[in-house]
Amino acid sequence: MRKSWWKIVCVILLIYTVVGGFLFAVPRLNIVNETIRVLYFHVPMWFGMIALFLFSLIYAVSYLRTNKLEYDMASNELAHVGVMFGLLGIFSGMIWANYAWGSPWHGDAKQNGSAISTLAYLIYFVLRGSLNNEEQRARFSAVYNIFAFAVMIPLIFIYPRMVDSLHPGNGGNPGFNTYDLDSRMRMVFYPACIGWILLGFWIATIRIRARFIEETILDQENE
Amino acid sequence: MYTLLLKEFQLELRRKSVLSGLALYLISTIFICYLTFSLRNNQITPLVWSALFWIIILFTAVSTVAKSFIGEKKGKEIYYYSIVKPEAVILSKIIYNFILCALLSFTGLVLFILFLKNPIQDLLLFVLLLLLTSFGLSSALTLLSGIAAKANNSSILMSILGFPAVLSILLMAIKISKNSIDGLDRSVSWDDLLVLAAINCISTALSYLLFPYIWRS
Repeated sequence: MRKSWWKIVCVILLIYTVVGGFLFAVPRLNIVNETIRVLYFHVPMWFGMIALFLFSLIYAVSYLRTNKLEYDMASNELAHVGVMFGLLGIFSGMIWANYAWGSPWHGDAKQNGSAISTLAYLIYFVLRGSLNNEEQRARFSAVYNIFAFAVMIPLIFIYPRMVDSLHPGNGGNPGFNTYDLDSRMRMVFYPACIGWILLGFWIATIRIRARFIEETILDQENE
Repeated sequence: MYTLLLKEFQLELRRKSVLSGLALYLISTIFICYLTFSLRNNQITPLVWSALFWIIILFTAVSTVAKSFIGEKKGKEIYYYSIVKPEAVILSKIIYNFILCALLSFTGLVLFILFLKNPIQDLLLFVLLLLLTSFGLSSALTLLSGIAAKANNSSILMSILGFPAVLSILLMAIKISKNSIDGLDRSVSWDDLLVLAAINCISTALSYLLFPYIWRS
């Protein structure tokens, strides 16, 4: 029970997010209207993805320092969940864009940047698949993981800020700062972020444990 | 390190077929563009020009850099491993690839101006951009070709591994080249050039730090 308190917190926060996200009052803005509620689901996906990739990076670095295969396993599974979050973020953004911009894919700088960085992590899995030697695979994929993170940061954080974008928060469009003033949205948004990030790590820990059990069983069968 | 750099050049001069193959590749692709667009006059807008140019430069650079590790023999690596530091190897390869890429892209530029028109108004900026881009491409791709060389189906892996790294460089490059084609004031593209230089620094530093881990196997 002592170890599972954060999972309980996660469930409570997410229930609160879903209920509050759909039912609480939101400010009326032009064009956006009710679709503003996507903020509770779309933006936390990106926070979750970045947190997961960051931990994946940390595990990759610590694999390179210590050469323990468990770190590599953790890094891989965290990247898996991170890509899932990224895809969900893209899809939720597409649903929103369909109503707010008129079409799901606008070739917006943020959309392109996130699509490319998701691709970079998909390539990470391809690289893992094409290396057979276990230790070599771990080392190379850790190196590529660091590389992919370094590619992702400018694509998500820097590049969209340099070009014009329709995305809220860019180029004078109503964005985060205007919501920040609205305490009603903040009441749901911050718990939502924490809840989704916790959910991401929960999934990742389950995946890591499952993979660990799989490997142990395989080892025992081989002996 | 200098001796390694020297060795790369000597090797390259000895294997003339590879270099001339790359040059021919460049010339033939540009010639195809020329033949296609000579069918009707004034079809080639500056944007089409820059798209064609960057595609050709990109593929030439990928195939130039890809051979830097894939071409090496197994025994030779162990030999290097015993006598030099991995940092020296990666730096010499990056510098060598940079010189090669820069040479090839300048050749490409001259050929483009010769066959297709010259829409560039600010040539100096474009040359600076070419130098920066070829350095970025060679620093990012050299590390990745080191990874790809160890894997199965390395040539396919090389092109997809390079994709995200190359894309962020090319995004900036395309923007600056549009500025230089339009002849905008230099101050407009100064920021973008700085970002491109920063990307180059990051990828070089990453290659320098990470290469020893690849090299060990």
